[in-house]
Amino acid sequence: MRHFIGKRAFASGLSLIGLVVLVFFLSRLTGDPTALFLPLDASLDSRERFRELHGLNDPLLVQFAHYVWDILNLDFGDSIRKARPALEVVLAAFQWTLILALTTIFFVTTSAIIIGSLAAFYAGGIFDRVATFLSLIGASAPDFWIAIVAIVLFSVNLGWLPTSGTGTIWHWIMPVAVLFIRPFGLVLQVVRGSMMTALSSAYVKTARAKGVRVRPIIFVHALRNALLPVITVIGDLSAGMLNGAVVVETIFGFPGVGKLMIDSILQRDFTVVLAAIMVSAMAIFLMNLLIDIAYSVLDPRIRY
Amino acid sequence: MSPHLLEVRNLSVEFHTLHGQVKAVQGVSFHLDPGETLVILGESGSGKSVSASAVMNLIDMPPGEITSGEVLYRGKSLLEMPSEERRAINGARIAMIFQDPLAHLNPVYSVGWQIIEMMTTHGMPSDQAKRRAIELLGRVGIPDPEVRMKAYPHQFSGGQRQRLMIAMALALKPDILIADEPTTALDVTVQAQILALLKELQLETGMGLLLITHDLGVVAEVADNVVVMNAGEIVETGPAAEVYANPQHPYTKRLIAAAPGSGEMAEPLAASGQPLLRLENVTKNFGTIEALKDVSLTVMPGEIVAIVGESGSGKSTLAKTLLRLEEPTSGAAFYNGRDLFQMSPKELFGIRREIQMVFQDPTQSLNPRMSVYELISEAWAIHPEILPKVKWRDRVAELLELVGLSADHARRYPHQFSGGQRQRIAIARVLALEPKLVVCDEAVSALDVSIQAQVIDLLEGLRNEFGLSYIFIAHDLPVVRDFADRVVVMQQGRIVEEGTVREIFETPRDDYTRALLAASLDPDPAVQAKRRAARLEMEAARP
Repeated sequence: MRHFIGKRAFASGLSLIGLVVLVFFLSRLTGDPTALFLPLDASLDSRERFRELHGLNDPLLVQFAHYVWDILNLDFGDSIRKARPALEVVLAAFQWTLILALTTIFFVTTSAIIIGSLAAFYAGGIFDRVATFLSLIGASAPDFWIAIVAIVLFSVNLGWLPTSGTGTIWHWIMPVAVLFIRPFGLVLQVVRGSMMTALSSAYVKTARAKGVRVRPIIFVHALRNALLPVITVIGDLSAGMLNGAVVVETIFGFPGVGKLMIDSILQRDFTVVLAAIMVSAMAIFLMNLLIDIAYSVLDPRIRY
Repeated sequence: MSPHLLEVRNLSVEFHTLHGQVKAVQGVSFHLDPGETLVILGESGSGKSVSASAVMNLIDMPPGEITSGEVLYRGKSLLEMPSEERRAINGARIAMIFQDPLAHLNPVYSVGWQIIEMMTTHGMPSDQAKRRAIELLGRVGIPDPEVRMKAYPHQFSGGQRQRLMIAMALALKPDILIADEPTTALDVTVQAQILALLKELQLETGMGLLLITHDLGVVAEVADNVVVMNAGEIVETGPAAEVYANPQHPYTKRLIAAAPGSGEMAEPLAASGQPLLRLENVTKNFGTIEALKDVSLTVMPGEIVAIVGESGSGKSTLAKTLLRLEEPTSGAAFYNGRDLFQMSPKELFGIRREIQMVFQDPTQSLNPRMSVYELISEAWAIHPEILPKVKWRDRVAELLELVGLSADHARRYPHQFSGGQRQRIAIARVLALEPKLVVCDEAVSALDVSIQAQVIDLLEGLRNEFGLSYIFIAHDLPVVRDFADRVVVMQQGRIVEEGTVREIFETPRDDYTRALLAASLDPDPAVQAKRRAARLEMEAARP
């Protein structure tokens, strides 16, 4: 197992390096960095000073070496707008995104697995039809629309929930609920399909011949076999959420990393964008490692 | 009179399918007493497994439905029992083992866990269940039981997996064991061991054994009484020896006549001319595993050379290497004097059509989305020199008739045919290329006995008509005995013995060949009893 983690870490390290190189050269390819970093109406003089200060007059490879060295020291420079280290700004926002993503994934996973398993067991019955119908609606509903309708209904008309921001538990309900709907529909469908296969398998027949009760047949014998494709999908969704739920965060004024990135791009706060990219990449890398480990824990046939 | 241990009365089962009601079992009655071995014999689709599933409450309803009849366990009706009471009988009082133990063991739990679950689910405390599980593993012959408890099903061999299933099924000392084709996927020597183990455990516990099989040899080996089923109905019942010696129903007669192993053995061909194929010291390694070691053999034109051996003997690897589906590590294969292993891909392409292969499972080797016409004519699209396109349709019709199908089958798709018909299509496809050498890799193993006999007849007819040569890879010795000219016995990648059919079957020299022959089952209970005695003697003589 340790060998495997090492191997995966090495592979992911390579892709992180690729990302670092790509970010640097892409930002240079877009033209004069001062045009990127400074406001449009900055004077020639201030542009020159900016170049001097950030070593932009050095040869490209020297600049690249500085850039890599800074990243290795986790120094992304200061946020131009907030006058604080960029990494600090990003990590502050990332906390919010992380809690939002983990909460949502937790609810999605537990509810989709339980409801999906039961739907598969009662395939063709009323429970299955209702669950499938709702999940299809969920999977196909656009989240920005649901978010706005929810605000109109629950905040404006009924006045039950705050429209935006953070602070109390009430502030979390709508963002989590809106983020929940689509992944829930998707994961439920995957669980249902995968469980249908598992429940009609030969080993479930053996369990029935052994006299095992219905509940352990579903949740012990079949479910563990059915989880592998589910984990793949959940991992994929989590990676997306860790990047920041841009639409939901923007609509609910939620101070997460998605909103931070959009704001920073609009404000040309390039150091923050860079730091955010690196933090998200790290998070996704860890996420994938967790998924691989979960795979080998769940299925003893998988050995890396 | 006390009630039978198990009695099935007038059972009928139907399945609701897209094509309407299918009567899987109709008016079936049989009974089983303690210590008795009752065998249900039948081919695929005869309803033999459905009858057993009804006893175990394993029929999915819907689509299945028990439309009439009773299943009585010690006089109590299982079908009318409340579900919790019924569940408590499964496993504890009536247990079941299946064909293909790998699929029937849960892949993600350790075997120890699965055996313990059998006992805890019926109320045994888990520490006691664990001790019993270790004891059971030892009893069924798993070495190192305490350590192997933690291993997973994929870490055992096929025979060991069936032993695990048996250990699990017998954990609570059930009164009845139902075994559904328990040895079908196993090697002959392993099959003999498993059947012997079942018999031994039956003597120990006095359980009733209900065994389901398609193999007359298994009937001869274990059965006290036999029930012959065909198309959902029982056609004949009686003591096994009596049914074999004096079958009453035409179906039983046909089945016994079709059983391989009693035909004329071929006399050796007069050796003349150049061999069609000559293998010299072919070796194939996968990493550090030597799959083939110095294999040399020849095939004359028009000759049928059988390669027999158990799983892992290298017989399939030999076929693949010969066709260069696998690259050999060393050695040579002279086909009409030219080395196949040295040919460039382009030269090989020309030769390929002359050496063709028929695989074991036609369901997998035929593309399900191609019609029979497309499947067969594809050969000419690849090798256009054989036949101009205008003649394709007529030739497909001709080939289909040659293999015993009809011309209008060309428009259909593989799933619309039975297993035997699909294998005929696979053979028609091979014949489209006008091959000289056909490699049959377990080509009749998956087929029912009566179908098997037909396909063998077809292959033999084609040999006589077109002078084809066959390399016939098989694990089933009776089929080989009736069909082959020469036999090559392989074990662990080596050829251990080679000779004419008569030499191999009547005067085998190698110990392994003798063990194989001793383990293979004869359909005649009288012959089989003698063979069993000889085998036990041989085993006892071994240190």
